[in-house]
Amino acid sequence: MSEFADAFFNIPILLEAWPILLQGLGQTLLLSAVVVPLGLLGGLILALLSTMPSRWVRWPLMAWVDVFRALPPLVLLVFVYAGLPFAGLEVSAFAAVAIGFFLNTGAYYGEILRAGIASVPAGQSEAARSMGLGRWQTMGLVVLPQAVRNVLPDLISNTLEVVKLTSIAAVVAMPELLFQARQAQSVTFNATPIMAAAVAYFILLWPVVRLLSRLENRQLARRT
Amino acid sequence: MNGWDRFADSFLNARVAAEYTPKIIEGLWLTLALAGCIIAAGVLAGLALAVLRAMGLRPVNWVIIFAVDLFRALPPLVIIVLLYFGLPAAGIAMSGFIAAWLALALVLMAFAEEIFWAGITAIPTGQWEASRSLGLGFIVTFGLIILPQALRMVIPPLVNRTIAITKGTALASVVAVPEILGAAQAGVSFSFNPTPLTLGAVAYLVLFLPVVVAGRWVEQYYRVRR
Repeated sequence: MSEFADAFFNIPILLEAWPILLQGLGQTLLLSAVVVPLGLLGGLILALLSTMPSRWVRWPLMAWVDVFRALPPLVLLVFVYAGLPFAGLEVSAFAAVAIGFFLNTGAYYGEILRAGIASVPAGQSEAARSMGLGRWQTMGLVVLPQAVRNVLPDLISNTLEVVKLTSIAAVVAMPELLFQARQAQSVTFNATPIMAAAVAYFILLWPVVRLLSRLENRQLARRT
Repeated sequence: MNGWDRFADSFLNARVAAEYTPKIIEGLWLTLALAGCIIAAGVLAGLALAVLRAMGLRPVNWVIIFAVDLFRALPPLVIIVLLYFGLPAAGIAMSGFIAAWLALALVLMAFAEEIFWAGITAIPTGQWEASRSLGLGFIVTFGLIILPQALRMVIPPLVNRTIAITKGTALASVVAVPEILGAAQAGVSFSFNPTPLTLGAVAYLVLFLPVVVAGRWVEQYYRVRR
């Protein structure tokens, strides 16, 4: 048992690895703060375009969304990071992660926001337009706020997934939490840093999971 | 050579493609096998936990809720790394395939349990009461009345979540499993040409695009019927 504690919960090793892990945690938070708004922006653009009546806009859009939902994010990331240099485009790890996440999470946010906009009764925008509001005012002030409220649990759930997904940036050597933990492990020959990273992720994200459980249950209760 | 030729030579190189297509196809089978194992284990374990939770044993439910929260909060890659690079320190070594399978099955189990549980609690209590008053026992009521209705309700979210987690099989490339992405990356470093990556991306599209489209269809179908 003490062997187990030595390998996974080793206090001296934890203290030694602490600065590196903290740095990694900072990078993970920074990365999340960049890719979540980026994905939301991409999703908003996709959702707004999908309200266009022309099928020549909507069908290619649906294909775009489905392609980026079908490709695993890690594949997209590796493709951007390892592939683009062959096309003469040298991209940094951070830029590769930003591009990959923009494409992948944008598609997911887009689907959610589209469903949200579709859930607002047409009478809302008809009423807003007949009151003299313009097209953009109607969308921004009347439809979108209601749409976002209707799909809030899905938006939060997707955001949780995005933050978790930032761990794949370790594969392209971005010094975020998981990468730093692996580095610390290979220096100390001890699994404690990885355990610490897992605990950090859990402490960071558990409240979000709890909140989601609540929201989902409430949504279900309202429907039945 | 103009820009397009250079692009085609890099990403759509016929010679490299011919050389590495068999490797990618081998990877495709491995991805399918891994995905099949994950879905079978994850969904069954999730259902089992949901059924166990319906029994209403307090301490057991706390453990279930904690386990579900844990595997919903941890990134799958962190779990894979912990199993593959961490556990050997405790004398437990496993292959990359097993580590990826176990990690993703646990994640799917957690999400599936939440979804099944939501379905079970969404069945009106009148169904329970009517069935019990007809003299059916707890197990019969649960198995023949509640569960079938709950299962039908949870199909759309379960399908979507299963697709999302199955795409995580690409993470197995990190622990040296030669599935599609692993095979493609090996191909790139041998041939010094990104065509294997293009092939890999195509392989994933062949595999997952029909599933994503089918998921969209399932969602629509069930929404109309409700």
